[in-house]
Parts: sequence; structure tokens; C-alpha cells
Amino acid sequence: MKKIVLMGNPNVGKSVVFSRLTGTRVITSNYPGTTVDFSQGTSCLHKDRVYIIDAPGTYSLTPSNIAEEVALRVVKEADLIINVVDATNLERNLLLTLELLSLNKPLVVALNLWDEAHHTGVEIDVTRLEEHLGVPVIPTVAVTGEGIAHLAEYCSKPLSQPTPLFLTEDEKWKKIGHITQEVQQITHRHHSIRDIISDATIKPLTGIPIAVLIILSALWAVITIGETCITSITDPLFECYLPFITSLSDYIGPGFLQQVLIGELIDGQVDLEQSMGILTTGLYVPFGIVLPYVIAFYLIAAVLEDSGYLPRLATLTDTFFHKVGMHGYGIVPVFLGLGCNVPGILATRVLESRKQRFIAATLIAISVPCMAKTAMIFGILGQYGTLYILIVLIILALVYVVTGSVLSRILKGDCPEIFLEIPPYRRPRLDLVLKKTWMRLVAFIAEAVPYLFLGVLLINILYATGFLAWLGTVLSPLIVGWLGLPQEASAALLTGFLRKDLAIGMLLPLQMTPGQLVVAVTTLTMYFPCVGAFAVLYKELGLIDLGKAVCVMVCTAFLVGGLVRFICIGI
Amino acid sequence: MNAFITELEKGVSGKIIGLQGGCGFVNQLRSMGIREGKIISIVTIHPFRGPVVVRLDGKLITLGRGFANRIIVEL
Repeated sequence: MKKIVLMGNPNVGKSVVFSRLTGTRVITSNYPGTTVDFSQGTSCLHKDRVYIIDAPGTYSLTPSNIAEEVALRVVKEADLIINVVDATNLERNLLLTLELLSLNKPLVVALNLWDEAHHTGVEIDVTRLEEHLGVPVIPTVAVTGEGIAHLAEYCSKPLSQPTPLFLTEDEKWKKIGHITQEVQQITHRHHSIRDIISDATIKPLTGIPIAVLIILSALWAVITIGETCITSITDPLFECYLPFITSLSDYIGPGFLQQVLIGELIDGQVDLEQSMGILTTGLYVPFGIVLPYVIAFYLIAAVLEDSGYLPRLATLTDTFFHKVGMHGYGIVPVFLGLGCNVPGILATRVLESRKQRFIAATLIAISVPCMAKTAMIFGILGQYGTLYILIVLIILALVYVVTGSVLSRILKGDCPEIFLEIPPYRRPRLDLVLKKTWMRLVAFIAEAVPYLFLGVLLINILYATGFLAWLGTVLSPLIVGWLGLPQEASAALLTGFLRKDLAIGMLLPLQMTPGQLVVAVTTLTMYFPCVGAFAVLYKELGLIDLGKAVCVMVCTAFLVGGLVRFICIGI
Repeated sequence: MNAFITELEKGVSGKIIGLQGGCGFVNQLRSMGIREGKIISIVTIHPFRGPVVVRLDGKLITLGRGFANRIIVEL
């Protein structure tokens, strides 16, 4: 099958072109580096099946981070390259085009963002550009689909190889200067309101208050949407479900099967939060409590991503991230990690050095609570007031800063500086926002469901066989002596290895004081990531660094847990 | 007068006349559009040795202080 690779600078809309060509849904945003791994799909173009690959964005064929290395590897296997070029930024994009021409492979240029170029006063003579490059050039507006059919025609046509160009760096720039002068006309425009907003959100004096405002309103929106979802959708649904499960429980009767499926009866009743069976807590916690917040978070995240605000936030937080060994773009993994740690850890690929990626990934796993962890924190501590929730969040933030600065001092390696293009603000499109939220939701469920059943099953078996109780006794010096928790809490902490969200149900019946709960929740959040995050950490860091990261997590969790115990409970 | 862009006030613009550093670094700057002959203007310089934001060809670019310190402009 013919292999077509989409190449281009970051944030020029390659992924949108890709989904247009293949019908495959991929995540797109308005910031450089959304695609850190390649996506692939097949498409039927004029009766031929072709294989299309969407490579991560790269400025040149000399890679400077992992995502760019991926792009370079992928392009080598191409039979045809579609070079997606940002028409508003022709000059800078042409460097990659010239480098791609030297690869000696058939090439088509898609001149994307054609409408935006027109609006900003950039006019490009397409025919002349084709003459200069010696390859077909097609103007496209991928978000609306304009020009895509034309582009698809070229994908199935046999194309001649362009005459390879071998130029030195200086010659390339000279040629680029020459081409842009010949084909491009820029009508200067005055500062628009968009520029004024753009500047205000990136300058420290105005930008920081605006950032605080945006973050607070985003947080408020997530909580409001999440709560509304719970009270008006999931709770009524589970209320309808409860009679059914109660009669099922009566039908099965006491025994091993009831223990696994329904769990413990609380005061003779099935309790969705505390019973701990596969069909009770195992369904209610992930779908009834966590999922609504996940939906809310991804909805708001999609709006923020598509508007183009994140790179501005990265600029504002750069000084802070420097203290913890990264640079401002470290905000992107943290931001995504707040939804689910798995995409957060994957997004650490936008950072250049190994040291930075190690710090970023480890810190996410320790102290960036994903929506499941956040729901757990709220679920356990919510009844005692916002103060306790705030204490946990502040502790996590402090752990992020302290662990980060310690790691950045003791680890060897470079900490490259920020070097980031700030995209223009774009109005998020409702259809794209909804599509993206839906895709992430499906990914979340696909990942949650298998672990859901396996995790609960395993826990229930371990519990029924008495293994958990035995391990609890073994670990009791640590749990009771050091953390000041009741011995039964060790079962919850052990469960947390497999399912953090379920640990809520196990902590609730223990009648702990709010202080003890703060200790339990903080330790539970930090000491180990969930199975999914663990797998992706292994993939990104390798075995040795994974070992180091786990060491850091366990040590930090119990050190901080002990400290919090002395502050919140006393000796 | 020549100056490093970190020495400029915000709002000032100048023509890039030199990039200091190794070949890889200079190429990285150039591939982002920062190269000799371009007019670059300072949008803001963040305090506490924070990043510098510049405007070039109508686009905003955030640069770490160390990177910005290697760009020489003619006023």
C-alpha cells in the first residue's frame, strides 16, 4: 500500500488535514506539539487504498526533541510526502519544504490556513510558488474541508520525483528569501483588538491577574458542570439501578459470589459508595462520580486548548518552571495530567532533554491529581468542608515545587530554555470541542473499564482470601506507627495500588478524624500512579528511570505523609 | 547602535544583525524565522530573568533569557 506522510511545522493543522483525508478522528488543538506521536489511518482515494501517517510537527529535519525524532523516522518510510504549510507564515515554513525536497521523494504542498492568510493581508501567488518549488501546491482550509478533495486527487496520482536540491544553510535562506519576495504580498494592517488582547495576556503585569482569573473560572466551571451532571444525570440513573441490584443481591444470597459482585452490605443494605462489589462500588464510583468530572474537565480543557491560551500561560509560568528544572512548556503536561495522567505523561515529549522529561513525568505521577484522584479527594473530604480539600491541594502543590527543585539539583543533564511560538487566538469551534471531548471520553472509558473489573475482582479475591488483612498486619508499623492511621486503612492504601478511586469506598466506613483522612488521602494520591499511568511511565522512561521514579514517589509519599501526620494529628 | 535584545526596552524594535552560538543553535533560531535582516520588536521582558517575548513577521515568539541574549540587533 502506498504510504503517505503528512509533514509540517508545529501547529499548522496537519492533524486536521489528516482527519479530513482519512475520516479518522484525532485530537487537534491550537498550540504547537499537540501530536507527540504519529497517528495512522487508511483511506480509499480514487479506488486505491492508501496508508496515511500524521507526523508530529517539526521545524526542520534536524530534530530537537522526541516528537521531532518521531517525525524524522516516519518520513523516511514515505512514498509520498504531503508538506502542510502555514500560508500565514510562508517564509519560515519553506525551510522544511526545501529540506523535504532534498529527500528525493514525491512531494505535494498543502498551503493550509489559506483563509486566515487572506484575512491577515497575506496574498500568495500559487502558480509562481509551484514554479519555484517544482511540486504541486494546493491551497486548503482544512477545518472547513476546502481544497481537500483536490489534495486527495494528488495522493492517488503517480507523481514524478522533484529534482533533488542540495543546498548549504546559507543558500537555503537565500532561496527562501528570493521565493517569498517573488510570490508573497503582505498588506500591512493595523493593530487589531486580537493583538491587544494577545499582548495583554502575555505581559506579566496584566497577564498574571488574567491567568488567575481564567484558571479560577475554569475550575469553577469544571466543578459546576460536574456537580450538575451528577445531580441531574448520574444519580437519578443509579437510583433506578439500585432496586435492581438489591433484588439481585437477595437472589444470590450470602457467599463468595455476593462478596465479589455486590460486596459487603452496609446496615443490611446495598450501598453504592461503600459496598465494594464489582456491580456496586465498582460501577458507581467510576461512572457515577468520576466520569461527570472527567467530562466537565475535558470540555473546558478543549476550549482552553483550541483558543490558543496555553502557550501564553506557558510564557507566564516559565520563570516558575525554571526553578523546578523545566521551562514554561512544562505547563502542557501538567494541564493534561489534571484530566488523566496518561496523556499528561505522553505530553512530556514536548520537553527537550531527558532530565526535563524525567522530572516532568515523575512530578505528574506524584502530585498532579487526575480527575479520578480529585474526585476521591472531594468525595472523602467534601463533607468536612473546603478547608481540608484546600490543605490537600496545597500540600500537593508544595510537594511539586520542593520535589521538583530537589530533582533539578541532584539530577545530571541540561535544562534547555523555552523557545516557543505563540499561536494567534482563535475562536474555539463548538463541533471540534465536542468531538475532542467525546474522543477523550471514549479513550478514558476504554482504559478505565478493563482495569475497573480486573482491579475490583483482584481486590475482592485478595480480601476474601484474607491476604489483604495479613499484609495490613505486616505493614502496620508503617501505617499505624508512622502515618497514625487505623490498621484497617492499610487495606485501602493497598487497594490504591490498583484503583485509587475505589479506595474512597474503603476509607469512608473507618470513622477516621478529618486529620487522619488528610494524611490518608495525601499518601494515597502520591505514593503510586494507577496501572495505566505506570505502563505509560515505563514506555516513556524505560525500566531504570521508572525504578528511580517509583523510588522518588514512595519515599516522597511516606515522608510527606509522616510530616502531614505530625502537623494535622500530632504525635 | 548595536545591542543584545535583552538590553532593549519593551516596545523597541531593531534589525537583527547577528546570532551568536553554535551551528545547531543558530539553525534552530533561523528555522523559527529569527535570522539576520529581520525586524524584531520586544513585546515584553518578564522579570526575575524570565523569558522575553518578541514579535517578528507579525508572530509572537517566547524565548528564554539565554536564547535572547544571543541575538544582536541594530537600532
